[in-house]
Amino acid sequence: MAPNTPNAYDPAAAVAAEGRTVNRNIAEIVNSGLAARYRAERRFKVYGVVAIGVALAMLATLFVTIFAQGWTAFTTTVIELPVTVEREMVANAQGEVTTDSLAYANFAVPMRKALEAQFPDVTGRSDKRDLYAILSDGATYRLQNMIRENPELVGREILLEAPVAADFDLLAKGQVDTSVPETERRLNDNQVAWFQTLQERDLVDSQFNTILFTNGDSRQPELAGIWGAVVGSFYTLLVTLALSFPIGVAAAVYLEEFAPKNKWTDLIEVNINNLAAVPSIVFGLLGLAVFLQVFGLPRSAPLVGGLVLTLMTLPTIIIASRAALKSVPPSIREAALGVGASKLQMITHHVLPLAMPGMLTGTIIGMAQALGETAPLLMIGMVAFVVDIPGGPMDPATVLPVQIFLWADSPERAFVARTSAAIMVLLAFLVVMNALAVILRKKFERRW
Amino acid sequence: MNSQATAAQVQTEAPAPQGTAGTPLVGPGEQAKVSARNANVYYGDKHAIKDVGLDIKQNEVTAFIGPSGCGKSTFLRCLNRMNDTIDIARVTGLITLDGEDIYAKRVDPVQLRARVGMVFQKPNPFPKSIFENIAYGPRIHGIARHKDELEEIVMTSLERAGLLGEVKDRLDQPGTGLSGGQQQRLCIARAIAVHPEVILMDEPCSALDPIATAKIEELIDELRQNYTIVIVTHSMQQAARVSQRTAFFHLGNLVECGDTEQIFTNPQHRLTQGYITGRFG
Amino acid sequence: MQAFTLILVLAVLTVVGFRMGRGRAVAVVGGETRKLHSLPSYHGMYVALWCAVPSFVLFGLWMLFESSIATQLTLANLPPQALQGPDGQPLSEARIGLLLNDIRNTATGNIAGSSDAIVQQAAQYYNGIRATGDWLLTAAALSLAVLGAGFGWKRVSADLRARNDVEMAVKIFMIVCSTIAVFTTIGIILSLLFESLRFFSRVSPVEFLFGTHWSPQISIRADQVGSSGGFGAIPLFAGTMLISFIAMMVAVPIGLLSAIYMAEYAPRKVRSVVKPLLEILAGIPTVVYGFFAALTVAPFFRDSGQLFGLSISSESAIAAGIVMGIMIIPFVSSLSDDVITAVPNAMREGSYGLGATKSETIKRVILPAALPGVVGGILLAVSRAIGETMIVVMAAGLAANLTANPFEAVTTVTVQIVTLLVGDQEFDSPKTLAAFALGLVLFVVTLVLNVIALHVVRKYREQYE
Repeated sequence: MAPNTPNAYDPAAAVAAEGRTVNRNIAEIVNSGLAARYRAERRFKVYGVVAIGVALAMLATLFVTIFAQGWTAFTTTVIELPVTVEREMVANAQGEVTTDSLAYANFAVPMRKALEAQFPDVTGRSDKRDLYAILSDGATYRLQNMIRENPELVGREILLEAPVAADFDLLAKGQVDTSVPETERRLNDNQVAWFQTLQERDLVDSQFNTILFTNGDSRQPELAGIWGAVVGSFYTLLVTLALSFPIGVAAAVYLEEFAPKNKWTDLIEVNINNLAAVPSIVFGLLGLAVFLQVFGLPRSAPLVGGLVLTLMTLPTIIIASRAALKSVPPSIREAALGVGASKLQMITHHVLPLAMPGMLTGTIIGMAQALGETAPLLMIGMVAFVVDIPGGPMDPATVLPVQIFLWADSPERAFVARTSAAIMVLLAFLVVMNALAVILRKKFERRW
Repeated sequence: MNSQATAAQVQTEAPAPQGTAGTPLVGPGEQAKVSARNANVYYGDKHAIKDVGLDIKQNEVTAFIGPSGCGKSTFLRCLNRMNDTIDIARVTGLITLDGEDIYAKRVDPVQLRARVGMVFQKPNPFPKSIFENIAYGPRIHGIARHKDELEEIVMTSLERAGLLGEVKDRLDQPGTGLSGGQQQRLCIARAIAVHPEVILMDEPCSALDPIATAKIEELIDELRQNYTIVIVTHSMQQAARVSQRTAFFHLGNLVECGDTEQIFTNPQHRLTQGYITGRFG
Repeated sequence: MQAFTLILVLAVLTVVGFRMGRGRAVAVVGGETRKLHSLPSYHGMYVALWCAVPSFVLFGLWMLFESSIATQLTLANLPPQALQGPDGQPLSEARIGLLLNDIRNTATGNIAGSSDAIVQQAAQYYNGIRATGDWLLTAAALSLAVLGAGFGWKRVSADLRARNDVEMAVKIFMIVCSTIAVFTTIGIILSLLFESLRFFSRVSPVEFLFGTHWSPQISIRADQVGSSGGFGAIPLFAGTMLISFIAMMVAVPIGLLSAIYMAEYAPRKVRSVVKPLLEILAGIPTVVYGFFAALTVAPFFRDSGQLFGLSISSESAIAAGIVMGIMIIPFVSSLSDDVITAVPNAMREGSYGLGATKSETIKRVILPAALPGVVGGILLAVSRAIGETMIVVMAAGLAANLTANPFEAVTTVTVQIVTLLVGDQEFDSPKTLAAFALGLVLFVVTLVLNVIALHVVRKYREQYE
């Protein structure tokens, strides 16, 4: 291009010059607004950080409160009490100690005597009743079991680790405020004083709370455990897994590999997607109306719970399994068909093994959902008070989340810690299941 | 990332840059609108642009040509710091606009992009009305003081982009409803509305049919009067039709640059010759 | 345990059938298996299927209907005076239910059994039927298994297209499995509709849907206090909406803003840590949230209300709503994250190329573009909030107040369903049937929300594909 001659009029240069002044003005305008715009930018970014912070803070609060309350339930308070079971208390009319006579003996009496021996100056019926209240009924059962297992101990002094009643357990853990007026707390001054005396005599000890993990439910907090609910959850999930995995995989294989594209399969697909979003309590209503009323299956049974949860988890498993099948590249199918395999052989020999990790991951996630589910099980009566450990899927049972619900509703304060402890156990199971799913996914993750 | 060189140093160094492609496009005494010295771009470990030095003159159309993957688009995106939006991209060397290092700390990418506008390969109108599409830039930069001024800017921009006649009755319709060629002109109008000094065009016609392409090319030629335009194209004919200067890239290197006529009639480099005559590309 | 033994025996028979079928297939061609149409193992499976399928189907049907058949027979066999009250009137259905319960308890030898002679007799009869029934089942199932296996075994020949038949059986099984979802939906609709119709035959739908008085206690005597029994569900709908609204007020801003931050700002490392942390919120069982709401959040609001002189109910809507909102955060954030990342990068580049800042791009280009998807996600979240049960059962009240004050106690549809149905209820009273009518409303509302939301989201995806 020819160099500019300064004096000649060049229209292009004039336009360019005009453009430059406009541009300079624009640059100034842009510049003047920049500070405000960057402030807005920073503000917006702060909103995001604050939102995430709030969400995480909620999560932390939830865990902290539950753990802070729950850990105290993992220990329990016992009194190391010297107890003597006198022969005449447990012997039959002939003066012999037999299995029968032990079964009919009242072991509460030696327990009370042992307590009275600690506090000889307590007289009067009501005072004595207050004194006896220190020990849990579990102490009597423990004594009974010891003597039954070893009748030799009759007549000797035994050092029994006697569990205390829940209120005294709380007292020992420092969760009872003794400064409030006597009438407003569950323990009177005498009881507090006696317990402190026992503590001074170094008879009070803290132990790992095995009862919590081995017992069924109980009205008395110190005797209540989650084992019954854990077993109930196990049977329920067993039924769910046994039904939902094969059905879910079969349905996914059909829809993904065989189903023709038509109205009917569209309907199935829409159905599956919608079922995944139906409120869980509606499944409970279905279970109540169909399984209990029409088929007359027993209430409170893990079998029915498993059936209801199967219907609930099926959409999850089908959707995950279809995704897993989709991720298997078509070249593998073509290769199998190319060597003369039938369609079903191609699927069972080649596609399914490759898709299996994805399907298992989906199934585990579905099982984790089922394990945490409460509402539909309330509908089919799994909310009953069940003391016995269920022996099979037809026995009345409750499940872990329902047990949590029941305990959370109990008025006794001692159940608060136990509820939190049960929640910790439930969360631990969920963490294990989800970790399993993550490991499975990581291990078999395949990039085609 | 930012070159240590100051703008003043560029002035003194500018006449004799070194490197694989040190030939300045601009003769002595002429001021380059945009210039690059020893520019390198890395995508992670990949060295995408190698030591490119180049000057772009005001009110001219400069075309970047070369086989696909040669780095011409990458280099274009350096000129308004669009590479900043890619996490792994890293730019070294010196790139200046009006003698000012655009990668210097105090230069604001937002302000820079207001001065150096961009039109993309695929037309990307926002899912808003035609009016809102064009008003977007002036609005965010606060260019219009009141509604009338905003309307005026929109109208002028549409007019300059040669789109006003086609859309003036349906300014409130979504921009995504236009044809491909119209969408691309809408995007050009959108860029013009901010009154940029330089417009970068990244293969603006590659998604369009020949008639739409012709219209855009015409438009580019008109816009040259007011703006400095850099266009990346995969079509040599297009480069020959619209540009005054052409730069040929190959494998991240700037092989040759000069007057379009000279590049197409009398290429100096063996590679350029090969590409122009269609031996590869 | 007898059932378990039977299953075991049937399983063993099936395995035997498989081996026999395979053996016969090899035998009929004299060891030259290439002459067979299908591999010997397919012949084995063919026989095994003939052995297992009919007998297991019989077994399953039996298990489903056994107890109701036995009950009906027992009922029919009761002496007529047992079905009459002392006044000679026939017993109500509820009383019969109690009587049957008594009989069953006695039959299974529970401690709660009755010492009534008629009941004792009936229990014996009941036990007799069940024992006979069990033997009948065992005999029938075993003979069916043997017959089936024999039939299949007979048909084994070189030309038998065993593979095709087995594959057909597998395919039928898969089709049946895939239709379970449809049957579940039909089951839900039918059971809700059927019981709701029974409810509406006693309480008018207009009163139910538009009445403002809810007190589902039906008196036993006509002159009892509160005998009216109101079934106006408006207070429940209002309570549900109030709590869902509070939940959305928490979940939408927090979920959306964190999704935006995650998708557009967060460095990859932060994202890889924070995203799973937020997902944890979605994995926590709702009963845990309920406990948290009832024992931590509700007392917190009550106490802080006292500080400011406000009287906040300990079962306030706000506590339940906020905790529900926390539960829904990951739901909103992951759905929003999906739709925001689905906005094509060309939109972002176009905006950056004009010199927009990141937040301007997000607010003016990305969010408007993602709006349909975000709205769809929010609708799904609303449907989840409406259907959520445990949090409100544990933290919201039972009192059907018609109020918009978030500090008062309100009740919701799901809470009422649970309270109406938990515990031993006679199945026929309007009180229990009302739960099904509420369930129907809940199902319809959530279904409509889901269908709209899924449709909106799908349309949105198609736009950018």
